Amino acid sequence: MNNYNTDKIQYFAIAGSIIFLIFIFILVRNKKIKEEYSILWLFFGIIFLLISLWRDVLIQLSNFLGIAYPPVAFILILILGIFLILIQYSIVISNLKEKNKDLVQRIGLMEHEIKKKEKHSD
Amino acid sequence: MKILIIVPAFNEEKNILKVIDSLNKQNPEWNILIINDCSEDNTLNVCESTDRAIVINLCSNIGIGGTVQTGFRFAQNNDYDIAVQFDGDGQHIANEIPKLLEPIINNKCDVVIGSRFLINHKGYKSTKIRRFGIKIFQLVNSILINQKITDNTSGFRAYNKKALHFLSDCYPTDYPEPESVILLSKNGYKILEVSTVMKEREEGKSSISGFKNFAYMINVLLAIIMNSIRPTIKQENCNE
Repeated sequence: MNNYNTDKIQYFAIAGSIIFLIFIFILVRNKKIKEEYSILWLFFGIIFLLISLWRDVLIQLSNFLGIAYPPVAFILILILGIFLILIQYSIVISNLKEKNKDLVQRIGLMEHEIKKKEKHSD
Repeated sequence: MKILIIVPAFNEEKNILKVIDSLNKQNPEWNILIINDCSEDNTLNVCESTDRAIVINLCSNIGIGGTVQTGFRFAQNNDYDIAVQFDGDGQHIANEIPKLLEPIINNKCDVVIGSRFLINHKGYKSTKIRRFGIKIFQLVNSILINQKITDNTSGFRAYNKKALHFLSDCYPTDYPEPESVILLSKNGYKILEVSTVMKEREEGKSSISGFKNFAYMINVLLAIIMNSIRPTIKQENCNE
């Protein structure tokens, strides 16, 4: 049972975090994600990298929060990150919906004005 | 006195001409504004075939709230004194409109709601499940604004200039009818109800049906409570 080489997961975690950060970086560079929406992704990517480099951080955080099993602290941070990013999306979507509604209304009103003017000039 | 009848229409090709006819017959002086919320049927062509109505076409479907708000914006831009909201599905009756106009013309209030439940009459009163929901809105809204509004979901309403300018900026778009009752009342607009009769819709389907009723009720209650805890809006900056 206890024959796991715990160093192994650390290497995977470091590699995973770096690949993740590079992936986000490329997406931003290629303008697939706007800078302002990449901040949360990059922030949590860096946190994961730090945690994988210094495992003590996770253990100390678990002690501080009273978590018996340190990986749970990791999952807690992960869920927190996902929540924050999803909330950000809800805000962005609500904002877009409002702006879309305003645009559709404005186009409708303007089209009517244009038609009215065309009729007058005929 | 310039009066605009705002008629939101979504897939109402079978009803809309009758609606225009009845409004026109009732009073040819009224301007009728049909707002087509990107219908998938022939509503737009049917409306444009008659010259008795002004037609605004929305290029994307934005829902009843945004559609009616387009009407308020039109009314504000063209300096109308009164706007009447009148459904495009034929359930509202044109000769009931003067009843809604009277309190506004005589300066008794800012908003008039045509209510099916104010006086017990034989007209159409919706299905049993919906009446239950309507009762709950009645109770909640009455507690929140300290005034008993019997028909919070009625879309048969009249607004004076002040109220329509206010709503052209901040009309709620999710569940506009019950939400706007709270919004208007909280911001100091005086609401009055008059008893009106309504018909069952003749053609087409209502926008809310079946199981959606329950979800609708929960969503509306949430929206109502949110509206009631929002700070009052200053006229100049009420655009979210």
